[in-house]
Amino acid sequence: MGLNGRSISPGDEIYEAKNPFFRGMRDAIPIGLGYFAVSFSLGIAAGNVGYTTFQGFLLSLLNVSSSGEYAGIVLSAEQAGFIELALMICVANARYLLMSFALSQRFSPSSTLFHRLTIGFGLTDELFGLGIASKGWLDPVYMYGAFFGSIPLWALGTAFGVYAGNVLPVILSEALNVAIFGMFLAIIIPPGRKDPVVLGAVIVSFLLSLLASVLPLTASISSGTRTLILTIIIASAVALLFPLKDEPAQEIRTETTEES
Amino acid sequence: MKHSYYTYIIFMALVTYLIRVLPLTLLRKPITNRFFRSFLYYVPYVTLAVMTFPAILTSTSSLLYGGAAFIVGIILAWFSGNLFVVEVGCCVVVLLMNTLIH
Repeated sequence: MGLNGRSISPGDEIYEAKNPFFRGMRDAIPIGLGYFAVSFSLGIAAGNVGYTTFQGFLLSLLNVSSSGEYAGIVLSAEQAGFIELALMICVANARYLLMSFALSQRFSPSSTLFHRLTIGFGLTDELFGLGIASKGWLDPVYMYGAFFGSIPLWALGTAFGVYAGNVLPVILSEALNVAIFGMFLAIIIPPGRKDPVVLGAVIVSFLLSLLASVLPLTASISSGTRTLILTIIIASAVALLFPLKDEPAQEIRTETTEES
Repeated sequence: MKHSYYTYIIFMALVTYLIRVLPLTLLRKPITNRFFRSFLYYVPYVTLAVMTFPAILTSTSSLLYGGAAFIVGIILAWFSGNLFVVEVGCCVVVLLMNTLIH
Protein backbone atom coordinates (compact mmCIF):
# COMPACT_ATOMS: atom_id res chain seq x y z
CA MET A 1 0.00 0.00 0.00
CA GLY A 2 1.17 3.54 -0.77
CA LEU A 3 1.43 6.54 1.48
CA ASN A 4 -2.22 7.54 1.07
CA GLY A 5 -3.57 4.06 1.60
CA ARG A 6 -3.71 3.26 -2.10
CA SER A 7 -1.56 0.66 -3.80
CA ILE A 8 1.49 1.74 -5.72
CA SER A 9 1.62 0.84 -9.37
CA PRO A 10 4.05 1.57 -12.21
CA GLY A 11 3.67 5.12 -13.51
CA ASP A 12 2.87 6.53 -10.07
CA GLU A 13 5.12 9.32 -8.94
CA ILE A 14 5.89 7.56 -5.68
CA TYR A 15 6.79 4.40 -7.52
CA GLU A 16 9.14 6.15 -9.92
CA ALA A 17 10.76 8.21 -7.19
CA LYS A 18 11.75 5.15 -5.23
CA ASN A 19 15.39 4.56 -4.57
CA PRO A 20 16.95 2.76 -7.57
CA PHE A 21 18.52 0.20 -5.25
CA PHE A 22 15.11 -0.90 -3.95
CA ARG A 23 13.63 -0.77 -7.43
CA GLY A 24 16.36 -3.12 -8.64
CA MET A 25 15.83 -5.40 -5.69
CA ARG A 26 12.08 -5.55 -6.22
CA ASP A 27 12.48 -6.29 -9.95
CA ALA A 28 14.97 -9.06 -9.19
CA ILE A 29 13.18 -10.93 -6.42
CA PRO A 30 11.00 -12.98 -8.82
CA ILE A 31 14.22 -13.89 -10.63
CA GLY A 32 15.82 -14.80 -7.31
CA LEU A 33 12.96 -17.15 -6.42
CA GLY A 34 13.38 -18.93 -9.75
CA TYR A 35 17.12 -19.06 -9.09
CA PHE A 36 16.56 -20.83 -5.82
CA ALA A 37 14.87 -23.77 -7.55
CA VAL A 38 17.49 -23.97 -10.27
CA SER A 39 20.53 -23.72 -8.05
CA PHE A 40 19.01 -26.26 -5.67
CA SER A 41 19.52 -28.89 -8.40
CA LEU A 42 23.13 -27.71 -8.82
CA GLY A 43 23.54 -28.33 -5.11
CA ILE A 44 22.27 -31.89 -5.52
CA ALA A 45 24.90 -32.47 -8.22
CA ALA A 46 27.64 -30.84 -6.13
CA GLY A 47 26.69 -32.85 -3.03
CA ASN A 48 26.88 -36.08 -5.04
CA VAL A 49 30.58 -35.52 -5.71
CA GLY A 50 31.36 -34.50 -2.13
CA TYR A 51 30.95 -30.72 -1.97
CA THR A 52 30.06 -29.52 1.53
CA THR A 53 27.11 -27.19 2.12
CA PHE A 54 29.48 -24.25 2.51
CA GLN A 55 31.44 -25.15 -0.63
CA GLY A 56 28.15 -25.28 -2.53
CA PHE A 57 27.22 -21.86 -1.18
CA LEU A 58 30.60 -20.41 -2.13
CA LEU A 59 30.55 -22.02 -5.58
CA SER A 60 27.25 -20.34 -6.45
CA LEU A 61 27.98 -17.04 -4.72
CA LEU A 62 31.23 -16.57 -6.65
CA ASN A 63 30.30 -18.05 -10.02
CA VAL A 64 26.59 -17.23 -10.53
CA SER A 65 26.27 -19.36 -13.67
CA SER A 66 24.34 -22.61 -14.05
CA SER A 67 26.09 -24.36 -16.94
CA GLY A 68 29.53 -23.07 -15.94
CA GLU A 69 29.08 -24.28 -12.38
CA TYR A 70 27.83 -27.68 -13.46
CA ALA A 71 30.78 -28.13 -15.84
CA GLY A 72 33.07 -27.08 -12.99
CA ILE A 73 31.47 -29.59 -10.61
CA VAL A 74 32.02 -32.42 -13.11
CA LEU A 75 35.62 -31.42 -13.84
CA SER A 76 36.61 -30.82 -10.23
CA ALA A 77 35.20 -34.22 -9.28
CA GLU A 78 37.54 -35.70 -11.88
CA GLN A 79 40.49 -33.67 -10.53
CA ALA A 80 40.88 -32.15 -14.00
CA GLY A 81 43.84 -29.93 -14.90
CA PHE A 82 43.43 -26.17 -14.63
CA ILE A 83 44.02 -25.40 -18.32
CA GLU A 84 41.29 -27.85 -19.21
CA LEU A 85 39.01 -26.34 -16.56
CA ALA A 86 39.67 -22.80 -17.82
CA LEU A 87 38.84 -23.85 -21.39
CA MET A 88 35.65 -25.60 -20.29
CA ILE A 89 34.51 -22.60 -18.25
CA CYS A 90 35.20 -20.32 -21.23
CA VAL A 91 33.12 -22.53 -23.49
CA ALA A 92 30.25 -22.99 -21.02
CA ASN A 93 30.13 -19.25 -20.31
CA ALA A 94 31.02 -17.94 -23.77
CA ARG A 95 27.62 -16.28 -24.15
CA TYR A 96 28.45 -13.85 -21.36
CA LEU A 97 31.02 -12.28 -23.69
CA LEU A 98 28.19 -11.20 -25.99
CA MET A 99 26.04 -9.93 -23.12
CA SER A 100 28.92 -8.02 -21.67
CA PHE A 101 29.61 -6.35 -25.04
CA ALA A 102 25.95 -5.45 -25.37
CA LEU A 103 25.67 -4.05 -21.85
CA SER A 104 28.89 -2.10 -22.33
CA GLN A 105 27.04 0.08 -24.85
CA ARG A 106 24.52 1.03 -22.15
CA PHE A 107 27.05 2.50 -19.74
CA SER A 108 27.08 6.27 -19.66
CA PRO A 109 30.39 7.64 -21.04
CA SER A 110 31.02 9.17 -17.63
CA SER A 111 30.57 5.90 -15.73
CA THR A 112 33.49 4.86 -13.60
CA LEU A 113 35.70 1.83 -14.06
CA PHE A 114 34.64 0.71 -10.58
CA HIS A 115 31.01 0.28 -11.71
CA ARG A 116 32.08 -1.67 -14.80
CA LEU A 117 34.22 -3.97 -12.66
CA THR A 118 31.48 -4.67 -10.13
CA ILE A 119 28.56 -5.01 -12.54
CA GLY A 120 30.52 -7.55 -14.60
CA PHE A 121 30.44 -9.86 -11.60
CA GLY A 122 26.70 -10.48 -11.68
CA LEU A 123 26.03 -10.61 -15.39
CA THR A 124 23.68 -13.60 -15.67
CA ASP A 125 21.18 -14.16 -18.46
CA GLU A 126 18.31 -12.79 -16.39
CA LEU A 127 20.07 -9.86 -14.73
CA PHE A 128 21.52 -8.87 -18.09
CA GLY A 129 17.90 -8.86 -19.30
CA LEU A 130 16.89 -6.48 -16.50
CA GLY A 131 19.80 -4.15 -17.28
CA ILE A 132 19.03 -4.07 -21.00
CA ALA A 133 15.31 -3.53 -20.34
CA SER A 134 15.88 -0.50 -18.09
CA LYS A 135 15.48 2.89 -19.70
CA GLY A 136 18.32 5.27 -20.61
CA TRP A 137 21.87 4.82 -19.40
CA LEU A 138 22.36 1.90 -17.08
CA ASP A 139 21.97 2.91 -13.42
CA PRO A 140 24.67 1.00 -11.49
CA VAL A 141 22.74 1.36 -8.22
CA TYR A 142 19.69 -0.27 -9.84
CA MET A 143 21.91 -3.19 -10.87
CA TYR A 144 23.35 -3.53 -7.38
CA GLY A 145 19.81 -3.76 -6.02
CA ALA A 146 19.02 -6.44 -8.60
CA PHE A 147 22.12 -8.39 -7.58
CA PHE A 148 21.16 -8.10 -3.94
CA GLY A 149 17.63 -9.37 -4.63
CA SER A 150 18.71 -12.47 -6.53
CA ILE A 151 22.32 -13.64 -6.10
CA PRO A 152 22.02 -14.51 -2.37
CA LEU A 153 19.01 -16.71 -3.24
CA TRP A 154 21.08 -18.39 -5.94
CA ALA A 155 23.84 -19.17 -3.42
CA LEU A 156 21.39 -20.33 -0.73
CA GLY A 157 19.63 -22.62 -3.22
CA THR A 158 22.86 -24.51 -3.88
CA ALA A 159 23.64 -24.78 -0.17
CA PHE A 160 20.13 -26.18 0.45
CA GLY A 161 20.57 -28.60 -2.46
CA VAL A 162 23.77 -30.03 -0.97
CA TYR A 163 22.11 -30.30 2.43
CA ALA A 164 18.94 -31.93 1.05
CA GLY A 165 20.96 -34.47 -0.93
CA ASN A 166 22.67 -35.49 2.29
CA VAL A 167 19.64 -35.77 4.57
CA LEU A 168 16.78 -36.91 2.34
CA PRO A 169 15.99 -40.64 2.00
CA VAL A 170 17.87 -42.29 -0.89
CA ILE A 171 14.72 -42.76 -2.95
CA LEU A 172 14.08 -38.99 -2.95
CA SER A 173 17.66 -37.86 -3.46
CA GLU A 174 18.01 -40.27 -6.37
CA ALA A 175 14.95 -38.69 -8.00
CA LEU A 176 16.46 -35.23 -7.45
CA ASN A 177 19.60 -36.29 -9.33
CA VAL A 178 17.78 -35.81 -12.64
CA ALA A 179 16.56 -32.28 -11.77
CA ILE A 180 19.65 -30.61 -13.22
CA PHE A 181 19.17 -32.45 -16.51
CA GLY A 182 15.50 -31.46 -16.57
CA MET A 183 16.62 -27.87 -16.19
CA PHE A 184 19.06 -28.20 -19.10
CA LEU A 185 16.33 -29.75 -21.28
CA ALA A 186 14.02 -26.84 -20.43
CA ILE A 187 16.71 -24.46 -21.70
CA ILE A 188 17.67 -26.20 -24.94
CA ILE A 189 14.43 -27.82 -26.20
CA PRO A 190 11.98 -24.86 -26.44
CA PRO A 191 14.29 -22.76 -28.71
CA GLY A 192 14.60 -25.88 -30.89
CA ARG A 193 10.89 -25.63 -31.62
CA LYS A 194 11.40 -22.24 -33.22
CA ASP A 195 14.82 -22.78 -34.79
CA PRO A 196 15.35 -26.08 -36.67
CA VAL A 197 19.12 -25.52 -36.72
CA VAL A 198 19.17 -25.40 -32.91
CA LEU A 199 17.02 -28.54 -32.77
CA GLY A 200 19.38 -30.31 -35.19
CA ALA A 201 22.41 -29.21 -33.18
CA VAL A 202 20.84 -30.55 -29.99
CA ILE A 203 19.99 -33.94 -31.53
CA VAL A 204 23.45 -34.31 -33.09
CA SER A 205 24.97 -33.39 -29.72
CA PHE A 206 22.94 -36.10 -27.94
CA LEU A 207 23.98 -38.72 -30.49
CA LEU A 208 27.68 -37.85 -30.67
CA SER A 209 27.88 -37.58 -26.89
CA LEU A 210 26.39 -41.06 -26.54
CA LEU A 211 28.74 -42.41 -29.21
CA ALA A 212 31.80 -40.81 -27.58
CA SER A 213 30.90 -42.36 -24.23
CA VAL A 214 30.79 -45.92 -25.60
CA LEU A 215 33.50 -45.99 -28.32
CA PRO A 216 36.66 -47.47 -26.76
CA LEU A 217 38.91 -44.71 -28.13
CA THR A 218 36.95 -41.82 -26.58
CA ALA A 219 35.31 -43.57 -23.62
CA SER A 220 38.62 -43.62 -21.75
CA ILE A 221 38.82 -39.79 -21.83
CA SER A 222 37.27 -38.08 -18.79
CA SER A 223 33.70 -36.89 -19.35
CA GLY A 224 34.74 -33.25 -18.80
CA THR A 225 37.29 -33.40 -21.62
CA ARG A 226 34.80 -35.15 -23.87
CA THR A 227 32.27 -32.38 -23.26
CA LEU A 228 34.85 -29.73 -24.10
CA ILE A 229 36.05 -31.38 -27.32
CA LEU A 230 32.54 -32.27 -28.52
CA THR A 231 31.22 -28.76 -27.84
CA ILE A 232 34.01 -27.09 -29.80
CA ILE A 233 33.70 -29.51 -32.74
CA ILE A 234 29.89 -29.50 -32.98
CA ALA A 235 29.38 -25.77 -32.38
CA SER A 236 32.10 -24.92 -34.93
CA ALA A 237 30.56 -27.23 -37.52
CA VAL A 238 27.08 -25.78 -37.02
CA ALA A 239 28.46 -22.21 -37.11
CA LEU A 240 30.25 -22.96 -40.40
CA LEU A 241 27.27 -24.70 -42.01
CA PHE A 242 24.56 -22.35 -40.69
CA PRO A 243 26.12 -18.98 -39.88
CA LEU A 244 23.79 -16.38 -38.37
CA LYS A 245 22.50 -13.66 -40.64
CA ASP A 246 24.04 -10.25 -40.10
CA GLU A 247 21.29 -9.07 -37.81
CA PRO A 248 22.54 -7.60 -34.55
CA ALA A 249 19.30 -8.69 -32.86
CA GLN A 250 20.46 -12.30 -33.09
CA GLU A 251 23.55 -11.50 -31.10
CA ILE A 252 21.68 -11.34 -27.87
CA ARG A 253 19.84 -14.25 -26.50
CA THR A 254 18.77 -15.09 -23.01
CA GLU A 255 18.02 -18.44 -21.54
CA THR A 256 14.56 -19.40 -20.51
CA THR A 257 15.20 -19.57 -16.79
CA GLU A 258 13.17 -16.42 -16.20
CA GLU A 259 10.04 -18.41 -16.95
CA SER A 260 10.49 -20.48 -13.85
CA MET B 1 48.51 -34.11 -5.90
CA LYS B 2 44.85 -33.82 -5.07
CA HIS B 3 43.41 -30.29 -5.36
CA SER B 4 40.78 -29.17 -2.89
CA TYR B 5 37.35 -28.09 -4.10
CA TYR B 6 38.11 -24.63 -2.73
CA THR B 7 40.97 -24.25 -5.23
CA TYR B 8 38.65 -25.25 -8.04
CA ILE B 9 35.88 -22.90 -6.88
CA ILE B 10 38.21 -19.88 -6.72
CA PHE B 11 39.83 -20.71 -10.05
CA MET B 12 36.45 -21.13 -11.79
CA ALA B 13 35.21 -17.89 -10.31
CA LEU B 14 38.25 -16.01 -11.65
CA VAL B 15 37.84 -17.36 -15.19
CA THR B 16 34.07 -16.69 -15.16
CA TYR B 17 34.65 -13.14 -13.89
CA LEU B 18 37.23 -12.41 -16.61
CA ILE B 19 34.81 -13.51 -19.35
CA ARG B 20 32.15 -11.21 -17.96
CA VAL B 21 34.27 -8.21 -17.24
CA LEU B 22 36.71 -8.00 -20.17
CA PRO B 23 34.16 -6.73 -22.71
CA LEU B 24 32.96 -4.15 -20.17
CA THR B 25 36.47 -2.83 -19.56
CA LEU B 26 39.24 -3.56 -22.05
CA LEU B 27 37.65 -4.98 -25.20
CA ARG B 28 34.77 -2.61 -25.72
CA LYS B 29 34.42 -3.12 -29.50
CA PRO B 30 31.59 -5.53 -30.38
CA ILE B 31 32.41 -8.86 -32.06
CA THR B 32 31.84 -8.59 -35.80
CA ASN B 33 33.33 -11.88 -36.99
CA ARG B 34 30.35 -13.82 -38.31
CA PHE B 35 31.76 -17.27 -37.56
CA PHE B 36 32.65 -16.35 -33.99
CA ARG B 37 29.24 -14.77 -33.37
CA SER B 38 27.51 -17.88 -34.74
CA PHE B 39 29.79 -20.14 -32.67
CA LEU B 40 28.90 -18.23 -29.50
CA TYR B 41 25.22 -18.46 -30.36
CA TYR B 42 25.21 -22.26 -30.72
CA VAL B 43 27.63 -23.11 -27.91
CA PRO B 44 25.14 -23.07 -24.99
CA TYR B 45 22.74 -25.46 -26.72
CA VAL B 46 25.48 -27.85 -27.75
CA THR B 47 27.31 -27.91 -24.43
CA LEU B 48 24.12 -28.40 -22.38
CA ALA B 49 22.98 -31.18 -24.72
CA VAL B 50 26.35 -32.93 -24.45
CA MET B 51 26.31 -32.60 -20.65
CA THR B 52 22.74 -33.96 -20.41
CA PHE B 53 22.98 -37.10 -22.48
CA PRO B 54 24.03 -39.83 -21.74
CA ALA B 55 24.93 -38.52 -18.24
CA ILE B 56 21.23 -38.54 -17.23
CA LEU B 57 21.13 -42.33 -17.79
CA THR B 58 23.84 -43.05 -15.24
CA SER B 59 22.59 -40.51 -12.68
CA THR B 60 20.02 -43.00 -11.36
CA SER B 61 20.32 -46.57 -10.09
CA SER B 62 18.95 -47.98 -13.35
CA LEU B 63 19.47 -46.80 -16.95
CA LEU B 64 15.75 -47.29 -17.35
CA TYR B 65 14.82 -44.58 -14.80
CA GLY B 66 17.23 -42.06 -16.29
CA GLY B 67 16.06 -42.90 -19.78
CA ALA B 68 12.41 -42.39 -18.81
CA ALA B 69 13.27 -39.04 -17.18
CA PHE B 70 15.09 -38.01 -20.36
CA ILE B 71 12.12 -38.77 -22.61
CA VAL B 72 9.55 -37.21 -20.28
CA GLY B 73 11.81 -34.16 -19.87
CA ILE B 74 12.00 -33.64 -23.63
CA ILE B 75 8.23 -33.99 -24.02
CA LEU B 76 7.49 -31.58 -21.16
CA ALA B 77 10.07 -29.07 -22.41
CA TRP B 78 8.64 -29.23 -25.91
CA PHE B 79 5.02 -28.71 -24.88
CA SER B 80 5.27 -26.63 -21.72
CA GLY B 81 8.67 -24.97 -21.82
CA ASN B 82 8.38 -24.08 -18.16
CA LEU B 83 11.60 -24.84 -16.35
CA PHE B 84 10.02 -25.77 -13.06
CA VAL B 85 7.49 -28.12 -14.66
CA VAL B 86 10.26 -29.94 -16.55
CA GLU B 87 12.50 -30.25 -13.49
CA VAL B 88 9.76 -31.58 -11.23
CA GLY B 89 8.38 -33.83 -13.97
CA CYS B 90 11.74 -35.56 -14.44
CA CYS B 91 12.12 -36.11 -10.69
CA VAL B 92 8.58 -37.49 -10.31
CA VAL B 93 9.16 -40.02 -13.11
CA VAL B 94 12.24 -41.42 -11.35
CA LEU B 95 10.46 -41.46 -8.00
CA LEU B 96 7.43 -43.26 -9.42
CA MET B 97 9.45 -45.86 -11.30
CA ASN B 98 11.61 -46.48 -8.26
CA THR B 99 8.51 -46.99 -6.08
CA LEU B 100 6.52 -49.07 -8.55
CA ILE B 101 9.25 -51.36 -9.85
CA HIS B 102 10.75 -52.20 -6.48
